[in-house]
Amino acid sequence: MSSLTIKPYLRLSGLEPLVVRPQTNFLNVGERTNVTGSKKFARLIRENKYEEALSVARQQVENGAQILDVNMDDALLDGEKAMQTFLNLLQAEPDIAKIPIMIDSSKFSIIEAGLKCVQGKCIVNSISLKEGEAKFIEQAIICKSYGAAVIVMAFDETGQADTLRKKVDISYRAYKILTEQVGYDPEDIIFDPNIFAIATGIEEHNNYAVDFIEAIKEIKQKMPLTRISGGVSNISFSFRGNEPVREAMHSVFLYYAIKAGMDMGIVNAGALVVYDEIESQLKQLCEDVILNRNPEATDKLLAFAETVKAKDKSEVKDEAWRKGSVQERLKHALVNGITEYIDADTEEARLKYPKPLDVIEGPLMDGMNVVGDLFGSGKMFLPQVVKSARVMKKSVAVLTPFIEQEKEQRRLAAEASGSTVNGENTGAAKILLATVKGDVHDIGKNIVGVVLGCNGYDIIDLGVMVPADKILETAKKEKVDIIGLSGLITPSLDEMVHVAREMKRQDFEVPLLIGGATTSRMHTAVKIAPEFEKGVVHVLDASRSVTVVGSLLNEEQKPHFIKGIQAEYKKLKEDFASKKTVKQYLTLEKAQENKVPIDWQKFQPVKPAFIGTKAFDGYDLAEIVPYIDWGPFFIAWELHGKFPQILKDEKVGAEATKLYNDAQTLLKQIVKEKWLKARAVIGFWPANSDGKDTVTVNADGAPVHLEFLRQQIKKAADQPNISLADFIAPATTGKQDHIGGFAVTIEGIEPHIQRFQAAHDDYNKITLQALADRLAEAFTELLHQRVRKEFWGYVKEEHLNNEQLIKEEYMGIRPAPGYPACPDHTEKRKLFAMLDATKQAGIVLTESLAMYPASSVSGWYFAHPESKYFGVGKIEKDQVEDYTARKGMPLDEVERWLRPILEYDA
Amino acid sequence: MIFNVNEGGFNMKTIQDCLKERILIIDGAMGTMIQRHKLEEKDYRGQRFADWPSDLKGNNDLLCLTQPDIIEGIHREYLDAGADIIETNTFNAQVISMADYHMESLAYEINVAAARIAKKAAADYTSRNPGKPRFVAGAIGPMNKTLSLSPDVNNPGFRAVSFDEVAGAYYEQVKGLVEGGVDLLLIETIFDTLNAKAAIFAIKKFFRDAKQKELPILISGTITDASGRTLSGQTLEAFYVSVMHARPLSIGLNCALGAQEMRSHIEELSQIAACYTSAYPNAGLPNAMGEYDEQPEQTAHFIEEWAENGFVNIVGGCCGTTPDHIRHIAEHVATIKPRPLPVVESVLETSS
Repeated sequence: MSSLTIKPYLRLSGLEPLVVRPQTNFLNVGERTNVTGSKKFARLIRENKYEEALSVARQQVENGAQILDVNMDDALLDGEKAMQTFLNLLQAEPDIAKIPIMIDSSKFSIIEAGLKCVQGKCIVNSISLKEGEAKFIEQAIICKSYGAAVIVMAFDETGQADTLRKKVDISYRAYKILTEQVGYDPEDIIFDPNIFAIATGIEEHNNYAVDFIEAIKEIKQKMPLTRISGGVSNISFSFRGNEPVREAMHSVFLYYAIKAGMDMGIVNAGALVVYDEIESQLKQLCEDVILNRNPEATDKLLAFAETVKAKDKSEVKDEAWRKGSVQERLKHALVNGITEYIDADTEEARLKYPKPLDVIEGPLMDGMNVVGDLFGSGKMFLPQVVKSARVMKKSVAVLTPFIEQEKEQRRLAAEASGSTVNGENTGAAKILLATVKGDVHDIGKNIVGVVLGCNGYDIIDLGVMVPADKILETAKKEKVDIIGLSGLITPSLDEMVHVAREMKRQDFEVPLLIGGATTSRMHTAVKIAPEFEKGVVHVLDASRSVTVVGSLLNEEQKPHFIKGIQAEYKKLKEDFASKKTVKQYLTLEKAQENKVPIDWQKFQPVKPAFIGTKAFDGYDLAEIVPYIDWGPFFIAWELHGKFPQILKDEKVGAEATKLYNDAQTLLKQIVKEKWLKARAVIGFWPANSDGKDTVTVNADGAPVHLEFLRQQIKKAADQPNISLADFIAPATTGKQDHIGGFAVTIEGIEPHIQRFQAAHDDYNKITLQALADRLAEAFTELLHQRVRKEFWGYVKEEHLNNEQLIKEEYMGIRPAPGYPACPDHTEKRKLFAMLDATKQAGIVLTESLAMYPASSVSGWYFAHPESKYFGVGKIEKDQVEDYTARKGMPLDEVERWLRPILEYDA
Repeated sequence: MIFNVNEGGFNMKTIQDCLKERILIIDGAMGTMIQRHKLEEKDYRGQRFADWPSDLKGNNDLLCLTQPDIIEGIHREYLDAGADIIETNTFNAQVISMADYHMESLAYEINVAAARIAKKAAADYTSRNPGKPRFVAGAIGPMNKTLSLSPDVNNPGFRAVSFDEVAGAYYEQVKGLVEGGVDLLLIETIFDTLNAKAAIFAIKKFFRDAKQKELPILISGTITDASGRTLSGQTLEAFYVSVMHARPLSIGLNCALGAQEMRSHIEELSQIAACYTSAYPNAGLPNAMGEYDEQPEQTAHFIEEWAENGFVNIVGGCCGTTPDHIRHIAEHVATIKPRPLPVVESVLETSS
């Protein structure tokens, strides 16, 4: 009896098996049961219409899907629950459950939730090395425990593979780990070497399809048992809305990818055109673009796409919007952010309506309500909303002179008739917004203002550094309905408490909203809410502000809403109080004994190239630009995701790309026309520590004592209680150490902000502000690199790319006073004095020690290889008293500055 | 060492060695044999559970604690009949099934006791005839709640139990069985593959946590009717694909069908399985009285034919089979060559 041979095929199962043999044709993975890709499916899931959602799955099977991709990644959904509910229901439908499931999520917890519901052998889509080997192995072991095949994305710690080399190398690295360390069978590994959008207009993207196809060939040659998959529709992302071109691109792409060895792909199984039936000119253009055969290919395809678009039914309607009524046109312009015809349309509407105000309250508000709804339901993104606001503001600007004129006429008429004047009341609720005294940051507040404005509220924006009395005086005068405070630096928290106290003292009835990077629900609950009982609400971001304001202004909902918030905050406060006792703290003395153990005898401090300061005035912006970390730029716009992957994100990718392109355009203009000026001052001085928490600096012959704070929380064995002073050699070692300092700024933004404001262009205004912040950070990064290599010169050889810089893989640190490692803002005064930063870099400190211009960064340089970023955390009274003595400041003042980190109530 | 049945036996054959040489015999029904003792409520209770608040008659696994001698006696009857592998009396011994008797807290203890009883009997037989080592398989049953099926017809998405609960229950059972000293783990009578996957998950996790070398896993599914599918709707091959990640020593079928009805399925399985195959059918289909009346000769005859055709590596009996059935089966297949272990290729033939 001869023994059987078993082939190493990928084997999957639903109720029925699916064996992928060499002669198996390309496998269609149904993509419509994906909330990120199918609006219809997303809506059904959101509305709990699972029966109908199952019919989407059934349709996929009927259209020939051999595997079903299920994705529930939607911020508005409980993804784990939706995945489980859908898959459990699906198991009861034999006509669907017969095919294998591909569980698709960027959140591993959702993947695991799905794996727990399916009896068949699934595919996990996907895992990758992006969070490092340990995480990858951990997740792979879990996938294996559930018996799933895995899709591995070509993605590692440094990012998503976009070149042929990286795609192959990362895949191979993952392969070695999976087969050698995790014990995966090679045939259960499927690679997704990243299909990216091509023909985007960005030159680097042109070869993406070729890279993918070539990568398939190499992967198949190196790892012949593995399989290749990919999300096909990504390739044509830049032609969104133009289905004929997209489908042709998919077909052409697949034609070549399958020839190269692609085994499966996520496709709309019902909408693939046959390669041979693509119109010959279109096919030719698609091939040029996909195979990157012609530098003009993108432009040609774009031009061709326009002609196809015109033929496309849905697009004809687009062209036709000018033919609608003026109300419809205004709405269309608002929703789509088109300013082109807004002046003429507004004028036409003005003539049609009895009063100019009716235009605002009628068609404009109708349009903005649509925008608000779309934004609220996640169908529009912040940059689009801000563009809509621009249209709104332009339209209102056209109407304003007429409204004023009408007001004046009525006033005159009233005077003539001897009656009193009725104040103009638009009926819209008024919301006052301000960045509190001492703080200069207002990007977030501006965004909240725009978003609320889009939702029909009348916004009174008092700007930055607004003292409490001005806020409250304006609030009374304007009879505002809500007050919103914003702040970025920690002293602003105290100022907000102060405003709340004042509101109580002056018997305010209107609710208070708290927002901004430094604020938190916890701080609001514990410190602010108890000061003012008429309602204090922390608002996490601009998109939440709409619902919060809506609830607060609805007379029926308001009492209930405030009661709910108050109960929630009470609970938070209690939790906070009870938690406090759980953590254990050391005495300062014990904490100092447990300092960072550095063997100074083995360390030779490097002397900087110069002692004293050096100023930079008008540093070349073009040199700074490559150091920009784009991640926070998108966060400022509330688009969440890593850069550059966010540009290809299924959900926000299109908007992120637009925003990015707009920002690039603006940035080029800024650099070319020298709108902004980069200034900085750096300095180095001899320094030694006292072995505890004081560093004595010899600046210009006079000693300056820098006082640092030390972690006091009880640490695990072998973990030190860190103070920045630990990284400077104690005087007792006899070694001369040094410390450095810097202050960096981007100045000159004001005239441009004013110009954008005058043009009602919040979009460019906010983009410019965000870019100035990015430039300041980038300049800081650049200077720090030069410091390490050149000015201090303690690292001669350093080859880090921007991503590694962003991840802080360099040696030495640059902590900023007021931030976690040295949370006392008042030390900034010493830094500024030593650097003479106001004179040398033009940066002014406010009374809260915020820096102006707002796009400024300052901090210390530490060079010791063991120096690292950390948070001081909460500190005890004994340290505060010791610190007070060292600083020679009154205790209550020290406690006021350090309040956010005090472990006790002061 | 772990694969060796007696601790001192460095030259003892492992089960893998034995499987290469001959068709191994697994024991027959435990329940049928217990019935013969005509035990009453008080016998189930013993002294220890005399005052237990709920009825205990029918909780066969509990007998490992209250009537260990009876259980050991049944094991010895099957060992006498020639069984190479005996199954522990633990078909329902996990917290979820034990909840029926409010005995969740005893699940672990029952497994440890059951393993020790079986191990004691097996070791005794091995020491008497080291050329025929006997192995103890820890029996892991399907439990009384299913993960892929809703008990509520009006709510198909509802599940009476979660994957984590099932995996947790099996984890504890596996811990008890391993600590009690079993040689193998047998996931059997699988009618919902997801329950079996939870058992596999638990086994893998247990050995990872314990940092111990995994014991061989035997997997046995149940085809419930002529459709050739499991109760949870999978075809045989789909079922096989779904559990192969366990890397089992063997895959097979048991229960629900008699040997005659099982033939085509075990034939199919023998064509696709990359590991050893097993089959232990019922003694035919139950008659009108719910009794199994297929005679030992008949069962043995069917199984002999499977062996002749090279379908199987491990054979025995399920519901209704007795030591007599096992003795006949063992005699009929004694000289027949086992199904050779398939060659699993590690490269693809070049395709055009």
